[in-house]
Amino acid sequence: MLIVPCPHCGDRPEIEFRYAGPAHIERAQRPAELSDEDWASYLYLRDNPKGLHFERWRHIHGCGRFFNAARDTVSDRFVASYKAGQKRPEIPR
Amino acid sequence: MSRYSIFSLARNALSGHRNWPRQWRSPEPRREYDVVIVGAGGHGLATAYYLAKEHRIQSVAVLEKGWLGGGNTGRNTTIIRSNYLQDESAAIYEHALKLWEGLSAELNYNVMYSPRGVMMLAHSVHDNQVLKRHIYANRLNGIDNEWLSPEEAKRFCPPLNIGRNIRYPVTGAALQRRGGTARHDAVAWGYARGADGMGVDIIENCEVTGLRRGADGAVTGCDTTRGFIGAKKVAVVAAGHTSVVMAMAGVRMPIESYPLQALVSEPVKPVFPCVVMSNSVHAYISQSDKGELVIGAGTDAYVSYSQNGGLHVAEHTLDAICELFPEFRRMRMLRNWGGIVDVTPDRSPIIGLTPVAGLYVNCGWGTGGFKATPGSGHVFAATVARGEPHPIAAPFTLDRFRTGRLIDEAAAAAVAH
Ligand SMILES: Cc1cc2nc3c(=O)[nH]c(=O)nc-3n(C[C@H](O)[C@H](O)[C@H](O)COP(=O)(O)OP(=O)(O)OC[C@H]3O[C@@H](n4cnc5c(N)ncnc54)[C@H](O)[C@@H]3O)c2cc1C
Ligand SMILES: [Zn+2]
Repeated sequence: MLIVPCPHCGDRPEIEFRYAGPAHIERAQRPAELSDEDWASYLYLRDNPKGLHFERWRHIHGCGRFFNAARDTVSDRFVASYKAGQKRPEIPR
Repeated sequence: MSRYSIFSLARNALSGHRNWPRQWRSPEPRREYDVVIVGAGGHGLATAYYLAKEHRIQSVAVLEKGWLGGGNTGRNTTIIRSNYLQDESAAIYEHALKLWEGLSAELNYNVMYSPRGVMMLAHSVHDNQVLKRHIYANRLNGIDNEWLSPEEAKRFCPPLNIGRNIRYPVTGAALQRRGGTARHDAVAWGYARGADGMGVDIIENCEVTGLRRGADGAVTGCDTTRGFIGAKKVAVVAAGHTSVVMAMAGVRMPIESYPLQALVSEPVKPVFPCVVMSNSVHAYISQSDKGELVIGAGTDAYVSYSQNGGLHVAEHTLDAICELFPEFRRMRMLRNWGGIVDVTPDRSPIIGLTPVAGLYVNCGWGTGGFKATPGSGHVFAATVARGEPHPIAAPFTLDRFRTGRLIDEAAAAAVAH
């Protein structure tokens, strides 16, 4: 089980959280102008990186809030966590 | 390739079984091939076999970063069935099931296909309705699947607890009698030996690190840890690493990689006659010929490439197993492991052409592709050889995520397999 760093509550066990998919996927400002390719990319295509992954979590059995985290998908180690709405932090490789 | 038979067995017995030939060569890579397959799992090896056998393309290499069959093929719980809901899925999984039935003879290799019956449990009115809907859809497609009452289910699988006082009582079951299991390693080995015998080079410890493209954009070969290997066509069959390999050609995929776990118990005498799955309580179980109970869990919640998975996921499955089969409560678990499965948004595979000329992909089998191995290799080989999708593969294009013609097994299956 992972220890997940909630930026509001601190380190807590994974079972308190829900994983909520990749972070920083922006919804189009003018959806009607999107091509089919753009829709497919927004809805379905994923970077799925082997390495650093920016993702959303929700501390559902805690403060209840969504936040973002950066995790290494090879070691599963969390590198950073930050509040929703904040910019993606620079992470030195 | 020397054929296996009762005579070869007797002959080799005379020399104390010390002179059996190697099952496949370990060749140095050539400079160029007609087709290079990335990934020597069951699907990649089956593809190579049918390319050589049915399409007479023998200039084929299968490149494997680790050892042959060491990916999900060697880590899965080997459940085979074809009772999928959607017509397109039923067609491809049934194509595979028919090939399983003759596979040992075809390969001259005992893959231990054992149609002992796969029983899916229902635990609620909703489950009953969903499973019956599957049964009727399957019958329309000519696929066997039948409804059992709890008592009939217990008769088919005596260890099953059908008491009314458990948390998720069994309210019925759907049984596909032709479903069952096969020996996972033997499938990879049998296809490897058959393909090698027809001249296919299987190159282990050879990781693909780059895909090269020419001035016209078409693939020209792969950079590997053993140097550049040229290819007229490259077929990516890399399961959990599909996104990583396809990114080398600049193609983003509708795939996420998740850990999926399994575990086996200490071996015991035959106690479990069939395969039992329960989607609602997230557990499935069978007994291997060695006597181990083979138990599969669900995927972890987050994307990961660590072949591991959380302990609470496996525990959740064991809770369900102990309730359904109370007599297994005191058994010890011997080993627990994970594989990285390639999950698509509609839980259906992707088989076919890509936006890059000469580059083909077969992936997205997620938690349930072992059962498809022969059928997947068969239709993918035809697709690669002809440069256009085999009719059974045609609905499973990458392009369906643009057109919206998804093949939605996600809601239908909810969990593994
Ligand atoms: C725990 C578990 C239980 C499962 N249970 C079932 C089940 O009961 N029934 C069922 O039908 N399915 C099941 N599955 C799913 C099934 O195992 C897979 O869908 C299937 O085996 C995929 O086969 P494959 O040949 O495509 O992949 P793999 O066997 O994973 O082969 C892909 C190969 O590609 C290689 N590779 C990756 N990247 C590179 C590279 N860059 N260069 C060279 N080689 C590379 C890998 O090393 C690997 O050997 C289960 C999976 C798991 C993990
Ligand atoms: Zn919190």
